[in-house]
Amino acid sequence: MTTPVLALSGVSRSFGPIEVLHGVDITLHPGRVHALIGENGAGKSTTMKILAGYQPASSGVILLDGQPVTLSSMGDAEARGISMIHQEFNLAEQLTVEQNIFLGRELKRGPFLDKPAMQATTRDLLARLDCHAAPDRVVSSLSNSDKQMVEIAKALLRDTRVLVMDEPTAVLTQTETAVLMAQVRVLRDQGTAVLFTSHKLDEVKAIADDLTIMRDGAVVWTGPASDLDEHQMAEAMVGREVSDLYPPKSTTVGEVVLQVSGLSVPGFAEDISFTLRKGEILGIAGLIGSGRTETFEGLAGLRPAKGAVRIKGRPVTIRHPWQALDHGLCYLTEDRKTRGLLLQKGMRDNLTLQALHKFSQVFLNKSAEDAALDQAIADFDIRGSRSVIVGNLSGGNQQKLLFAKTMLSDPDIIVIDEPTRGIDIGTKQQMYGFIRRLAEQGRAIVVISSEMQEVIGLSDRVLVMRRGRIAGELTGDAASEDAIVRLAMGVGQAATPDKEFV
Amino acid sequence: MSDIAKPPRQIQMGVIGPILALVILVAMGAAMNPNFLGWDNITNVLARSAFIGIIAVGMTFVITAGGLDLSVGSMAAFVAGLMILVMNKALPTMGVGVPVVLLGMAVALGAGLVAGLVNGLLITRLGIEAFIVTLGSMGIYRSLVTWLADGGTLSLDFGLRTFYQPVYYGGLFGISWPIIVFAVVVVLGEILMRSTAFGRHCAAIGSNDQVARYSSVRVARVRLLTYVMLGVLVGVATIMYVPRLGSASSATGLLWELEAIAAVIIGGTVLKGGFGRVWGTVIGVLILTLIGNILNLTDFVSPYLNGAIQGAIIVLAVVLQRESKPGH
Repeated sequence: MTTPVLALSGVSRSFGPIEVLHGVDITLHPGRVHALIGENGAGKSTTMKILAGYQPASSGVILLDGQPVTLSSMGDAEARGISMIHQEFNLAEQLTVEQNIFLGRELKRGPFLDKPAMQATTRDLLARLDCHAAPDRVVSSLSNSDKQMVEIAKALLRDTRVLVMDEPTAVLTQTETAVLMAQVRVLRDQGTAVLFTSHKLDEVKAIADDLTIMRDGAVVWTGPASDLDEHQMAEAMVGREVSDLYPPKSTTVGEVVLQVSGLSVPGFAEDISFTLRKGEILGIAGLIGSGRTETFEGLAGLRPAKGAVRIKGRPVTIRHPWQALDHGLCYLTEDRKTRGLLLQKGMRDNLTLQALHKFSQVFLNKSAEDAALDQAIADFDIRGSRSVIVGNLSGGNQQKLLFAKTMLSDPDIIVIDEPTRGIDIGTKQQMYGFIRRLAEQGRAIVVISSEMQEVIGLSDRVLVMRRGRIAGELTGDAASEDAIVRLAMGVGQAATPDKEFV
Repeated sequence: MSDIAKPPRQIQMGVIGPILALVILVAMGAAMNPNFLGWDNITNVLARSAFIGIIAVGMTFVITAGGLDLSVGSMAAFVAGLMILVMNKALPTMGVGVPVVLLGMAVALGAGLVAGLVNGLLITRLGIEAFIVTLGSMGIYRSLVTWLADGGTLSLDFGLRTFYQPVYYGGLFGISWPIIVFAVVVVLGEILMRSTAFGRHCAAIGSNDQVARYSSVRVARVRLLTYVMLGVLVGVATIMYVPRLGSASSATGLLWELEAIAAVIIGGTVLKGGFGRVWGTVIGVLILTLIGNILNLTDFVSPYLNGAIQGAIIVLAVVLQRESKPGH
């Protein structure tokens, strides 16, 4: 094996009195892809930030080409050939591809920008990545995968030897992921050391040469990725056996509580009709862009929509989210960071925001709010200090808090959009348990998900959407991946289903 | 991801900052002039703070909810002009007395409410930027009062002015009415911000209005209410202000909006919304008034430099706030 280009040796990191990383060792070799996996809060992000110079280590050594170094800032790390790509892109959305790639290191001819040279270099870089975005396209108009490529091109321009990627595929479709993976292989073959995190273990299995598994701030396993199968990875991450990811399905459902007929959301969905029963979990599958989210946002009064909606037999008109809540219907957003939680506020203010009327006669009853937070922390196993702002919680804990927040307003009908996006397998299992328990309590639940396994494993019944319409309904064993893909793609029985599904 | 448990030390600096600045100013004032801490000067400072202060309390809610209102200064001038005009018109039939003053007060409150409502509706219903809407209404009200006064000054009837004057100069137990009303507005505002669902909703909307909307908060209504409340408070401030001079002109309330916004920011409310505190605004107003007061009482610095020093304080306050924020 080659000499390591970058390594951490016995690195610890403390925030105040709390140590979150305990003596982490990790070694990156040139020309190898290294996957870092672990549950949310296991210390992956902190490890990556230390590697990329965003945060200093509290103790331990960072070795670059075998020599101990101090990375004083991300700029310092970049100058030494270490670049990090964040999960949320770090691009100036209103600037063009070329302007973004050269941001901060523009080529000049005299006092003026040398546009032709920059355009040419941009084209070269993107061609290396097999990305065909034009240099003068505005970044905001690009797809997520193209944005990812622009980020990588930016790193390439800076002669990156070590590329650190935080969950690069979390927001990508399956096709986009395949393109990214191909590009990562190209980079690897050119001698770049790549470190990435992912919650998708099949991806890790497919691309990683080396693997490090973290749990509770420490490395629990490290070695060649080929030594473990996906199941063993999951168990090492969680630290216990992961057998039944999905809770058993219920056999009894109650009366119809929601009846939607001819719902249309202009521009996104048309003629949506379905019913939902008490105690039932209805899964909604479909490709991205099939109008899943928009349909239910329309139903919840978050978008203009037309159509007949009956809740518990009574016709209702819902034009605003607060009207939906008045009727006991609640939509839980897929986008917890910009629509779900106030990242700058604490847990208490977030928890009670939706159900604030319950804590307010004339004045807010703050001790009752604190008691509700205690209850939520216990009920939903939320981990993290109460004094910390929500933006600093791990993704899994944010999702649990969002869940607790929604449940506090005690809705009868809950639409959950992407219940487990970007959270680890242990927390996923917990979330599935929560969702099933809510159904058993007699609530009616809709789960929208891009993960087919999740839709199948969790739902009693599955609706598949295609191009803004319901393409079909599947129940019981008929709800197979194969059947869902066929409906989502609009292909007949004879055709070979393309696995292009997200 | 694992940034757990940062002790909230930085918040304390943000709390202490404005208070510290006020204490330093008071100490400087006391050292420079023995009359500074006299009863007369203290009540003078408080009474002068009252107009801007009452408006700034309303502005605290608007800014906390992520809005802005540039029109309050000219709105005050317009309300004052309208109030004087109506009172003068009603005088021949009603005569000098309590009823005509009450009528004037009702006009002021009503005009403030309507003006705030118009701002609020344009912002929430049509979705126009608050900056643009209130920049427009600022020009409109300023121009309307100039037109009402025909380019000159609108003066309250002399007899009526004498009758009305105690509302500014009189008071209870030696404390003048503007100070009392200011105090009541502040206490109510502080409770509203800190201990009611409305205050919490303002902070949530200012923090991220999408999150608030997805959380079933009635975003448009809360926003509208902040502008209406500010309009009514402009009316209240005008009721206190008119008996002081008994007139209104195109120069009335000039730059009040900027002083009110400055007071809010100095007090620690975040300009882009999401966090506000009413008591901080009070300290902000007092700091701004004290600077002028100290310059008047001492010879070291020309009072003409008042604006420069105020400006420096505003920038300094924001710089301190930035440093007290948790950084990355």
